[in-house]
Amino acid sequence: MMGTRAMLFEAPGAFTMQQQQRIWALIAHTENRPDIQELVPGVTNLLLIFTHAPEHPEQIADWLRDAWETLPPLQIAGRLFEVGVRYGGTLGDDLAAVSAHTGLSPEEVIRLHQAGEYTVCAVGSAPGFGYLHGLDPRIATPRKSVPSLNMPAGTVTIGGMQAGISALTGPNGWNSIGYTEICLFDPHRSPPSLFAIGDRIRFYPESIEL
Amino acid sequence: MITILETAPLNTVQDLGRPGFRNLGVGSSGVMDPLALKIGNCLLGNRADDACIELQTYPFVIRFETPTSFAVTGIDAPITLDGKPVLAWSVETATAGQILQVGIPKTGARGYVCVGGGIDVPVVLGSRSTQLRGSFGGVEGRFLEVGDQLVTQPAAEHLSGYGAVPPARVLDTAPCEEKTITLRAIPGTDHTRFTEDSRERFWTQPWRITPQSNRIGYRLSGAPLALLEQVELRSYGIIPGIVQVPPAGEPIVQLADANTAGGYPRVATVIESDLWRLAQARIGTSICFVECNHKAGVDAEQPINSYLDDLRLMVAHYRASSQSRNGAKPGGKA
Repeated sequence: MMGTRAMLFEAPGAFTMQQQQRIWALIAHTENRPDIQELVPGVTNLLLIFTHAPEHPEQIADWLRDAWETLPPLQIAGRLFEVGVRYGGTLGDDLAAVSAHTGLSPEEVIRLHQAGEYTVCAVGSAPGFGYLHGLDPRIATPRKSVPSLNMPAGTVTIGGMQAGISALTGPNGWNSIGYTEICLFDPHRSPPSLFAIGDRIRFYPESIEL
Repeated sequence: MITILETAPLNTVQDLGRPGFRNLGVGSSGVMDPLALKIGNCLLGNRADDACIELQTYPFVIRFETPTSFAVTGIDAPITLDGKPVLAWSVETATAGQILQVGIPKTGARGYVCVGGGIDVPVVLGSRSTQLRGSFGGVEGRFLEVGDQLVTQPAAEHLSGYGAVPPARVLDTAPCEEKTITLRAIPGTDHTRFTEDSRERFWTQPWRITPQSNRIGYRLSGAPLALLEQVELRSYGIIPGIVQVPPAGEPIVQLADANTAGGYPRVATVIESDLWRLAQARIGTSICFVECNHKAGVDAEQPINSYLDDLRLMVAHYRASSQSRNGAKPGGKA
């Protein structure tokens, strides 16, 4: 339990798409429970927020474990977004650091970044931000020890094994390698978030500035 | 209608929050002290989800452009209406043109200016709360500024002269030491990842609220906590009250404007029923965490619910007798 009114279910094992699809299956199975106020998918985990503090949380935990063991992974076809990126330049100025960390040339980092297809595992942290699975491990780069203070929304980033597009302008510890102009979140749009769980993303270079 | 005459940054329109959109990365926002807003709304006969102005900086000065019933809750502060003192936690009705001034609190940190019918700003994603990170909700998703005009409901009757007993006086079971507050917390998932010494110290040493504390979260200072071994957690959903420990070892209590996900180890979660105490604790105050279990955490809602039930009865009784007084003819029977 997290406090009296929330419960975090964490999947055992590695961060694989299959584990994440089992989390998605758990969401579909759980969202119709009448005691649920919000479901917050994370990376191979799921936070359940209840309308009221449950009297017997252990019964819900058993129910969840049972569902986890029996439900098949949920495939979500999702939509495909093709996202044009201006690689490098001042809005992608950690490209050199990624290059130095990985031992690859900036051109090779860009080639590997735009070669992959990414899947939105979960939306969270900031409004509309998608946690992307599918980064080539050769360009995985740890978060920066000193975050950028004012990274613009739309910055294309690498944070450890995860890829992303920053949703808001502000402090950010991920490595910036480029910039794109899409609007990830608009509270007056329905749905407000551009990305949904299961959507796929391909990046292509609009320009490269080294 | 009210006009803001004097304000510093950090004051916003808030209601009880915006649940239901964490799966899109949108945190709950909402008042830091939900009890103070519930009391204000109850006193004024408002709906539970009506919005108010949350004050974090003072002085704050507004002009009522229409007759308006109001109550300032959450703090004890010098409050005046056209220069005449007004009690905190009490209902008054201003006439058009009167000026309300809220000075620096003597106790508490966050004041709530509640008005009859609530502050009417557009509802965005189910709430009037200001979402500062997303720049929406409240007044254009930002802090209030001098000259802002907020729509309110004109008062239909002249309510005044009744109020609530400040909740700290009723709900504090043990008298608190000066500048120390006690918060009940439930051990978190990663509690056992900390060294035995760190676990013991978390519950025994006082933690001081640092100046890096705000609506996002409170950063605490004290002898750092150590993990048995470093751990890299995957991002998980968080809620207000969760106590996380970043690598430097000093805890952070995440609050209303926190991100919806985090990745630091979780040592504990402050129970929801005690979050209002934290909202009113000022920078420099010391916190003592007291371990409690699930049942005690649930039972802690009871005194708050009873307090609000009693208040509701009192308000209904007062308003009924006030209406009959106002309806009575001069010289009629009392």
